[in-house]
Amino acid sequence: MFGTGLLKGLGITLKHALDTFADDRKHVPSRYQDSVKGGNGRRVIEQPITQEGLLTIQYPEERRLLPERFRYIPMLIWDTQANEDKCTACGICAKVCPPQCIWIVRDMDANGKPVARPAEFYIDAAVCMSCSFCVEFCPFDAIKMNHDFELAVYDRYPQLVYDKAELTVPVEYYAALWPTQWAAEEEAKRQKEAEDKAKAEAKAKADAEKAAKAASAAAAKPAPAAVEAKASAPGEAVASNGGVVVASADGGATDEAAAKKARLDELKRKAAETAKKRKDGGA
Amino acid sequence: MEDSPATNFQDLKSTQTQNYLHDTIQVPDDLQANVMVTTLDKVYNWSRTSSMWPLLFGLACCAIEMIATAASRFDLARFGMEVMRPSPRQSDLMIVSGTVTKKMVPAIVRIYNQMAEPRYVLALGACATGGGPFKEGYNVVSGIDTYIPVDVYVPGCPPTPEALIYGLLKLHKKVERQSIAKVSWYKKNTSEFIPIPVLGPDVFDPRQVEMIREYTLGAGAVRGPAAAEVRVLPQLLTADQKAHLEQVRARYLAKVKQPA
Amino acid sequence: MTELVAEAPVVEQTADAAYPYNNVVPGAVIGRWAEGSDPALVVAPDKLIALLTHLRDQESYDFLSSVTCVDYSAYAGKARAGIKERFDTVYHLYSTQKGGGHINLHVRVPEGDSVPSATSVYPGANLQECEVYDLYGIKFEGHPNLRRVLLWEGFNGYPMRKDWKEAYFEEENKPFKNRHPAEGYFWHEDKLPWGSNSTYPEGWDPESWQTPISYVPVSQAPEGLGYDSEKSNVGAVGELDTQSIVVNLGPHHPSTHGVFRMLARIEGETVLALEPEMGYLHRNHEKIGERNTWLMNMPFTDRLDYINSMSNNLGYALAIEKLANIEVPERANYIRIIMAELTRVVNHMWSIGFILNDLGALQTPALYAIEEREMILDLFEAVSGSRLMCNYMRFGGVVRDLPAGWLEKAKYMVDTRLPNVLDELDRLITGNEIMMARGRGVGYLSAKDLIALSVSGPMIRAAGVPYDIRKAQPYCIYDRFDFDIPTLPESDIFARYYIRLLEARESVKILKQALRDIPGGEFLSTRDKYTFRPTEGEAYVRVEAPKGELGFYVVSDNKANPYRYHVRAPSFINLNALGPMSVGYKIADAVVVLGAIDIVLGEVDR
Ligand code: SF4
Ligand code: SF4
Ligand code: SF4
Repeated sequence: MFGTGLLKGLGITLKHALDTFADDRKHVPSRYQDSVKGGNGRRVIEQPITQEGLLTIQYPEERRLLPERFRYIPMLIWDTQANEDKCTACGICAKVCPPQCIWIVRDMDANGKPVARPAEFYIDAAVCMSCSFCVEFCPFDAIKMNHDFELAVYDRYPQLVYDKAELTVPVEYYAALWPTQWAAEEEAKRQKEAEDKAKAEAKAKADAEKAAKAASAAAAKPAPAAVEAKASAPGEAVASNGGVVVASADGGATDEAAAKKARLDELKRKAAETAKKRKDGGA
Repeated sequence: MEDSPATNFQDLKSTQTQNYLHDTIQVPDDLQANVMVTTLDKVYNWSRTSSMWPLLFGLACCAIEMIATAASRFDLARFGMEVMRPSPRQSDLMIVSGTVTKKMVPAIVRIYNQMAEPRYVLALGACATGGGPFKEGYNVVSGIDTYIPVDVYVPGCPPTPEALIYGLLKLHKKVERQSIAKVSWYKKNTSEFIPIPVLGPDVFDPRQVEMIREYTLGAGAVRGPAAAEVRVLPQLLTADQKAHLEQVRARYLAKVKQPA
Repeated sequence: MTELVAEAPVVEQTADAAYPYNNVVPGAVIGRWAEGSDPALVVAPDKLIALLTHLRDQESYDFLSSVTCVDYSAYAGKARAGIKERFDTVYHLYSTQKGGGHINLHVRVPEGDSVPSATSVYPGANLQECEVYDLYGIKFEGHPNLRRVLLWEGFNGYPMRKDWKEAYFEEENKPFKNRHPAEGYFWHEDKLPWGSNSTYPEGWDPESWQTPISYVPVSQAPEGLGYDSEKSNVGAVGELDTQSIVVNLGPHHPSTHGVFRMLARIEGETVLALEPEMGYLHRNHEKIGERNTWLMNMPFTDRLDYINSMSNNLGYALAIEKLANIEVPERANYIRIIMAELTRVVNHMWSIGFILNDLGALQTPALYAIEEREMILDLFEAVSGSRLMCNYMRFGGVVRDLPAGWLEKAKYMVDTRLPNVLDELDRLITGNEIMMARGRGVGYLSAKDLIALSVSGPMIRAAGVPYDIRKAQPYCIYDRFDFDIPTLPESDIFARYYIRLLEARESVKILKQALRDIPGGEFLSTRDKYTFRPTEGEAYVRVEAPKGELGFYVVSDNKANPYRYHVRAPSFINLNALGPMSVGYKIADAVVVLGAIDIVLGEVDR
């Protein structure tokens, strides 16, 4: 019959309106009462999947709770404890980046020898496809995805080519954005450390025993002991290598600290500058 | 430094992260400073920002997010923008949402020319901003701003609907600083006509014809029909050719600057 | 025969009779190309048509899935030693009656030679051959309208050839060396004096440039107006003395679903002929894909059919897994199916909404469809981090496990929300007078014609062909689920709308089973594959994407980058039917016919 389609359509629209109302009633005084989280009275809304009716988010006043895995543009992690970049300028992220929008300039020490930290690190946000490969393949957990999407600018170049200062965030920021993953990473790190320690201890013990055994049995059968000693050699090499690194860091502590401080100051200055530049919108 | 560098650093970082935590929208300092906003201006700008009709114009993936923004969850109607006009004559804002290809760019420029002043352009997504992941492609224009002026760039691939709204709010801020006494579109012949790019062997901008001519027909260039097969690549240029290029560019720039 | 050929391990040059089909079409098959897991036959160019006719008529290979080309001039593998022909045109044929695997034919020609056009046997080769001509410069003899479909007439060169380089060309293969250690940031626009991504041939004069006519000549309608006697809507235009005109729709037009253009020759309001014109979103997916490493292509596939990134991921991952023989853990298979089917629901709701939009029911149905889609996108976002560009699958599984609590949400979605919303759409639309009046009997094309035009997906199922790759050649673990292939006999707009609703219901059925049965365990079998090199060979894998048959054709020469990477895009090939379906109806119906094909420009133009 002519007109039934119209009535049906209007009925469905009415039902949606009523659903919204009914859903609102279920959560007196307001449907998102549990989700007031943000500062400045801004509400961060976690929309339950059971919600009925209208689901509008009044964006500038309210915001959607972004899932932890949300990805936008990458950020570099500053290790606040060690007070240095986590990044070692290994370049893997630049290699895996599909549109090749990462540029890494390696830092040099006083003698012009390359060292394991980036002097500059650029990501072209006008090319980045937010694929997260850089994050996936970074072996040092030094680059992560930022949730900050409010990046609109009035000018494109160079505002959208983010340099190191703009990309760097302290590790706490990352921990706040990615709590689950961060906890998992920390856990893994702790476990690995514990394991390493246990292994090292076990090895040391075994070595000591072996050495003792070998010493005691040296006269009887010298050949197998030598083989065993050889077999355990790689592990020892690794351990001693680590030892050397630590030692050198300790040795050059004062110089290193001064250099670090200088670098930090430089970074801060740059951060302030770029923040201002971005604020100006390149006017 | 007295205090621990870590806390201090975090303070600094908050200039970046506060965006995320608070609803501050930054306005260019110069715009903030030099305009005396009168009551008339306020009304003028209020009416313009609260009914800024976008052009219904989708290019690629980002257009899907633009549609999602217009749909009920993010609801552009809250900003008086739900009437997406398919006709450029009726719209104030062009949201270039997606990859701009060479084949498409003449149409986009034509549409832009057809829009009435005051007109604004928002480049949505990495592609419209600067070519995006497809920048290296042979049919991709690296950013719509190589042809038409852009007011706000929203990076991201794709930008979430919230990011687009943030960009729109930034555009509103920009509009709010304009003064009816100073805007150009009530003066005579100020609406800029952008020459429409031409699809040749590759797309070219009629404004650059002189420069291209010098380049393709200049000294040292091979002439004749066989030469059409040879593609000129910047990597293959000799030092002489590079110097020549520089000259061409300088002359071109001088020429562009003179008439103004 | 020379030494070289004798050494080549996979090219057998034995007596003719040893090859299949030579007893029926003598001299047709001249070699075998048995790389990897995809055995192929090498066909003599002049016998191609005879062989295709035989395969279609006698062996029921009625569906030409893909036509593409490979430029072997830079091939570094061993398998092609001694083969001089530069170009290799590749055909993949399937049978919609028998189901099962494909026949793969290769036709080798040196540069400058032409290949006979398959359009006389399979009209569906039309657009695909145009594409090969456009990108490789291979002429197809006998093609009715060979033109540049993706680029424009006058474009310099054939860009997919291995020796063709673009303006921003940096290196043959990624990763580029100057990114690390770098000298600093480098802006590409500084590379050329005009600051854009274009090059011009030397000796070319822009001032005297005459743009070649870019209008596609619209072919005249076939004899009489009744293009197909079964069509009901053909108006009696002949009574008036009218003149036909060409109407251009697009590339900027709200009805074209993006940047697409239709040129229609109309008389009165009746369409006499209609030609699609595309390429306005040609983003050089394949050229970039051959420069990328294997893994880098994964996020690019997201941007093919940007409504269904998960299905694209799945297709590409399956292709590489076939090429490199990678095992997928059980849990990953289930996750993949859940994602693929959720995507199908999303896509079908979206397309239903927009078919209605094209019919003039502006926005309301689309808004309801999008609302539910948002909830599913939230699920995608929680899993993969992005609403649209999921980039979620990897070779050998998926990149991350499902987050805590996700399955419960998905179950609620599938058990409660989706059935409700599908019922609601059904109630809202199915009986609607306008839908019936505008949808019934419009855009008819017979099942036989559709298959001949290589149309796939919901389009042929709405014409009564129960052909679905999930059943015909099950991939992943689809054979474990209990679901039906809905079909409708009418083959009109209404059927194309309704079939999508039915399919979404079947998807919900699969989803319920998958969510119930999903096991625990590993979700990725191999890690750290960014330096991955599959062994030499080629593979063609297709999946039932929501829009139709999505195929990936990859050739590896054991390098870190694909030697050839081709996407058989369902939206693109389904457009073959656009003209034939619109002819005889009103111009306003052509818009809906396009809407009901359900195209996405990212996939059409790639
Ligand atoms: S971010 Fe990670 S992958 Fe990239 S250079 Fe630094 S340490 Fe290497
Ligand atoms: S997210 Fe992807 S595109 Fe962006 S910088 Fe990382 S690897 Fe490159
Ligand atoms: S920026 Fe990304 S999402 Fe947007 S059009 Fe480009 S590729 Fe698509």
